[in-house]
Amino acid sequence: MAGIKKFVVGAFDDEAVLFPAVKNVRKAGYKIHDVYTPFPVHGLDHAMGLRETSLHTAGFVYACAGLTTALGFMSWVFTKDWPMNIGGKPHFALPAWIPIAFELTVLFSAVGMVLTFCYLCQLAPFVKKHHFHPRATDDLFVMAIECTDKTNESEVTNFLQFAGAKEVNVQVAESGWWIGRYDKEQVLYREEEF
Amino acid sequence: MSLLKYESQQREPLVDGNKDYHQVTEDIISPIEMKPTRLWYIGFWISVGLLLFGVYSVYRDVTYGIGQWNLNKTIGWGWDITNFVWWVGIGHAGTLISAILLLFRQGWRTGVNRAAEAMTIFAVMCAGQFPIWHMGRVWLAFFIFPYPNTRGPVWVNFNSPLLWDVFAISTYFTVSLLFWYSGLLPDLATVRDRAKTKFRKMMYGVAAFGWTGSTKHWQRHESLSLVLAGLATPLVLSVHTIVSFDFATSVIPGWHTTIFPPYFVAGAIFSGFAMVQTLLIVVRKVMNLQDYITIGHIDAMNKVIVLTGSIVGCAYLTELFIAWYGQNPYEWYAFKENRANLFSPYGWSYWLMMFCNVVSPQLFWSRKLRRNITVTFFMSIIVNIGMWYERFVIIVTSIYRDFLPSSWSTYYSPTVWELGFYLGTFGLFFTCFFLFAKYFPVIAVAEIKSILKTSGENYKMKMTDIEKADADKFYQEEVEHAH
Repeated sequence: MAGIKKFVVGAFDDEAVLFPAVKNVRKAGYKIHDVYTPFPVHGLDHAMGLRETSLHTAGFVYACAGLTTALGFMSWVFTKDWPMNIGGKPHFALPAWIPIAFELTVLFSAVGMVLTFCYLCQLAPFVKKHHFHPRATDDLFVMAIECTDKTNESEVTNFLQFAGAKEVNVQVAESGWWIGRYDKEQVLYREEEF
Repeated sequence: MSLLKYESQQREPLVDGNKDYHQVTEDIISPIEMKPTRLWYIGFWISVGLLLFGVYSVYRDVTYGIGQWNLNKTIGWGWDITNFVWWVGIGHAGTLISAILLLFRQGWRTGVNRAAEAMTIFAVMCAGQFPIWHMGRVWLAFFIFPYPNTRGPVWVNFNSPLLWDVFAISTYFTVSLLFWYSGLLPDLATVRDRAKTKFRKMMYGVAAFGWTGSTKHWQRHESLSLVLAGLATPLVLSVHTIVSFDFATSVIPGWHTTIFPPYFVAGAIFSGFAMVQTLLIVVRKVMNLQDYITIGHIDAMNKVIVLTGSIVGCAYLTELFIAWYGQNPYEWYAFKENRANLFSPYGWSYWLMMFCNVVSPQLFWSRKLRRNITVTFFMSIIVNIGMWYERFVIIVTSIYRDFLPSSWSTYYSPTVWELGFYLGTFGLFFTCFFLFAKYFPVIAVAEIKSILKTSGENYKMKMTDIEKADADKFYQEEVEHAH
């Protein structure tokens, strides 16, 4: 998958300009590689046609795993492996296990979700990524449009400038596993979305 | 399509001054790019000094044993467990602010959540020290974990509240840390991208995990924060509930009370917010962040303090009433003679607690006092003293007179090493906090940016004009229509 790719990069300084720009770029049939923003811009994922994340479903699965592990382990220990007589109380003491079962549910879910999040977004120490604009984490909204053989770069550049981008340039970046691919994510632009 | 969430003009702005996105970055991040001030060095080295004293006290605990504390057979839990519960309680505000207030969509939490979460983590670290070193033979501390062993295997007792505590505190610490750090990633990336020196670029580059700000990542990040908040909300309530079970499930008069869980949770939030106030009032001044941690924020937190303080007060009176109404002579004795009797050996501590936690927060019904920084700072200290005494009262006054009068013990006071251990945790807490304030953005930069256009002062002012124009237009149309 690794290879050198060309991107036309436009930097916007206002999210109110960015939204129509995203819409127009998609309408014109260009492929938005990604938009980098300094803070979560609500509705941008929709405007870009990204599907909803299912990270929360993963969280639920991890929670179930945690609950099962906790209850399974405690009942195995106290009824099968080493039944202890604690003040003559029942070996299968379900009410007394609720606190630990709850804590492990939360623990599994939280740890699992964070690891999944880091995996999906390819976030880890020492991961090097191409940063299209240093101010994308400060005050600019940076849109990268992927170029194919057929793309006319100057046309895209003009298009972005017309759409309100403050700075436009062409960058070459190595695209690898880390750069992220949303080909399957992005659905085609349809008028009725807006 | 309206991009901006509308916010009522009646609400005061959460960010003061004329800010744009870049200015927000500049204001919050530039203090950590400069050399620390003299004040920082003084504070830091005092903290390190306290920490070293604590380390020495703990070293003595391990080599001499905890016999060097003034605990005895009757008072088996003294300062040590008091300090533990006190620190855990303080560690509750951070998650409350970041999780519960996120679910309640309270915009003002964005100014204070980062520092409060950091405080939570450090407070839980301090809390954890006490049960660990109280074990005495600390090299066997791993016995508290259920692991396959050659002694049977003999497993830990899953029915014991003390073991629940192990799970609750360690889960709470882990989840708070994950929540805090995942929120930090975008801001660390901002610091990285501003870094001038190679070393800073590398360090923050590693710390930021290669965050780019991709829309898809933000979408997942939002989902992660929301679910973690949903998980942390019952978690934060469960932690102090379980700490209260350490007492409530026993049969000691004064401890054996069903009101403990809600009462402990309210007290924890109460003391946690007081500690947040103490820290943030200093931080906003020293780091020049008055525009982000406004008087409005302090006011909002004081409202939480008066609410939780009143819940705590209500709980004190309820347990006193129930002790009398319940007709258990031991229970009533513990309350009447050991606590409420001012002339009993520890009666003073009960009344000190009552004054600090119930009477003094009532000042905050006054808006003027809630918005007064000096009063707030002073009150935050009073509340923390009061909450320390609450735990002392619960622990010591319940056990110093046990069922056998010949073993009553009224001479408990801490030795210098018990005190040193406590001061040492202050050292640990403040050392960590000073380092945090020096190397990390103390305010969630990205979150402030996301509320800037709805709650920033300059944007709100613009909205006022638009609103007024709209209202005028509406009025005009109505008048025309009427004719």
